[in-house]
Amino acid sequence: MVNKMAKMTLIQAINNALHLEMEKDEKVVVMGEDVGHEGGVFRATVGLQEKFGKERVIDTPLAESGIIGTAIGMAVSGLKPVPEIQFSGFLYYCFNQLVSHAARIRMRTRGRYSVPMVVRSPYGAGIRALEHHSESTEALFVHMAGLKVVIPSGPYNAKGLLLSAIRDPDPVMFLEPMRLYRSVKEDVPEEDYAIPLGQAKVEREGSDLALISWGSMMKETREAADEAKEKDVSVEVIDLQTLWPFDEKTVIKSIEKTGRAIVVHESPRTCSIGSELAARAMDHNFLNLKAPVTRVTGFDIPVPLARYEDFNMPDVFRIMKAIDKVMSF
Amino acid sequence: MPRKKIYEGSVEYLQILDEKGNVDKELEPQLSNEDLDKMYRFMITTRTFDRKVLSLQRQGRAFTYAPVEGKEASQTGTAYALKKTDRVFPSYRDHGVYLTRGLSLKQMFLMWMGTEEGGRMPEDSGDFPFAIPIASQIPHAVGAAWAAKIQKQDKVCAVYFGDGATSEGDFHEGINFAGVNKAPVVLVCQNNKYAISVPRALQTAAETIAQKALAYGFEGIQVDGNDVLAVYSAMKSAVEKARKGEGPTLIECLTYRFGPHTTSDDPSKYRSKEEEEEWRKKDPVVRFQLYLRSKGIWNEEYEKKVNEEAKQKVEKALEEAESSIKIDPTDIFKYVYAEMPEPLREEMEYLKRIGEEKKEAHGEQNG
Ligand SMILES: Cc1ncc(C[n+]2csc(CCOP(=O)(O)OP(=O)(O)O)c2C)c(N)n1
Repeated sequence: MVNKMAKMTLIQAINNALHLEMEKDEKVVVMGEDVGHEGGVFRATVGLQEKFGKERVIDTPLAESGIIGTAIGMAVSGLKPVPEIQFSGFLYYCFNQLVSHAARIRMRTRGRYSVPMVVRSPYGAGIRALEHHSESTEALFVHMAGLKVVIPSGPYNAKGLLLSAIRDPDPVMFLEPMRLYRSVKEDVPEEDYAIPLGQAKVEREGSDLALISWGSMMKETREAADEAKEKDVSVEVIDLQTLWPFDEKTVIKSIEKTGRAIVVHESPRTCSIGSELAARAMDHNFLNLKAPVTRVTGFDIPVPLARYEDFNMPDVFRIMKAIDKVMSF
Repeated sequence: MPRKKIYEGSVEYLQILDEKGNVDKELEPQLSNEDLDKMYRFMITTRTFDRKVLSLQRQGRAFTYAPVEGKEASQTGTAYALKKTDRVFPSYRDHGVYLTRGLSLKQMFLMWMGTEEGGRMPEDSGDFPFAIPIASQIPHAVGAAWAAKIQKQDKVCAVYFGDGATSEGDFHEGINFAGVNKAPVVLVCQNNKYAISVPRALQTAAETIAQKALAYGFEGIQVDGNDVLAVYSAMKSAVEKARKGEGPTLIECLTYRFGPHTTSDDPSKYRSKEEEEEWRKKDPVVRFQLYLRSKGIWNEEYEKKVNEEAKQKVEKALEEAESSIKIDPTDIFKYVYAEMPEPLREEMEYLKRIGEEKKEAHGEQNG
């Protein structure tokens, strides 16, 4: 059977996945600020309330801790809530509910209760937004055991990963690269398909260097790989997709093959996923490393305002500099 | 036997100047002509500034912006009742508050131009830069008021927020602290019926926002937020009460934003043209004009002059703001700590190096 394809943006792919899963599973409930009548400030939930009604697509009061807290209550009572937090900078309001409860309920009830919930939130800089609208906080959630963390990098994997996330029995933080919401269209199958959580994707094979990234930075990562190719550097490009539990095997295998690795991310450098991957490479690849594992990242500062945001974000130039350095080590 | 009524509370509504310009003589505040003139100028300058930033935003010279038109009375009316030494903790739509407090238009422009310099409040002001995370400034204002009380300073704090903000935990925690500690703070809620698209009825099942104060043990009042006289009067008594050590007040101003939530919002998705037109008829500026006319202050010529002066001030400030912007990439590291930690210094040096290498590479390409 040939899949019917449609050209979709990342935001359309998210919307499409929500439509499909709400249709299929009446336990799925979407909730958040402006998600119902308005269809979300980014239009991710557009059309859902018309189709599934106000009981399942809920305009909540403006209270993030309340949204996540009540979603947890729903999740332990037979529903599968998919709350939206309007911008990642407002995830801090629900940190307590996420960490003290969502992340621990399975463990503290010995599996009697669990929290099948997907928290969707746009993340990242690059659209000249106001203060607190451009945070990249994936590492915080990776650090807090009990949560899964997933970040798509394009329309195709956004849909497949979101469907898997909603079907997952545990709480998933699903962070969407705001900058890529509408910037590209891809062929996306109209029907149901799932991309398993916990698997990285080797987007391109290469022999000299593993370039590892996810989400918003995949754009720059791919462009840098193209540029490196012109300089005869063969880059293996890996999209991590699930940040926790991450696909250590794929990363280690790639570093084993290439002997070199660079991790690119927008979030701050210290105690980051890049730090963790570098440490794992030390654990597993110490003897076959040809150069230090290198990170190209945002700085250890609060996300700067619009006119300064580009200075904080890795770009192709910075990645190329790192590639040069690693290749000539 | 023990089932009996143990609590009864009530909330007052205040309007002094109605849409037709009728004034309740008994409630009319005693404001001099000079005060009235000043207040009107603040309102007009706020509107002029607002329209200017909107047009800049459309030209890409300002970033996402939250327009204020329609709320001039709520903002100037409250801020005008404060002393210079008092303090305000605004949110992102309170341009009229800043202006009335004496913040320069240049600084106000900078706040919307994507540079941290926008937050550098003048040394002689205790006012705070606006908070974007909803309701988060409420506990700060309460804490600042509490600090004034502890340090026996004559300072009242005023905090500004919307109807949506009253759903957040920070609102409830903040106002509870205010009640318990009798903090000299005035809580100003501008209820403009929507939090982005979400109508007030979905925020709270309570009939008014003002009544929430009762549950925390202090007084709440609802005022016609487009009636600058009512707003001023309510604020004045709340501020006096706070100054006397009699604790906080919650003031709910019923108002409307004429424009979109921000420049990225399309209000036609959630509110009707009819409703918008209904509220246009309640324009706080027009209503104040009626009053000023009856006082012999306002006429066509005065109107022209005030608008002309506002425009000139706004244009001049814009020029000053735009020409003052100097982008130095290393700025992003400079104010994180009092003393820059070594790891940050290294990152800063790296960014400098990258900048130079980029310039070089660019030169090579051109050469
Ligand atoms: C904690 C938090 N959540 C969400 C947002 C996004 N947001 C910005 S303004 C707004 C609505 C605010 O409504 P209200 O408090 O009534 O104030 P108004 O903008 O109407 O003046 C929302 C949801 C935010 N800034 N902060």
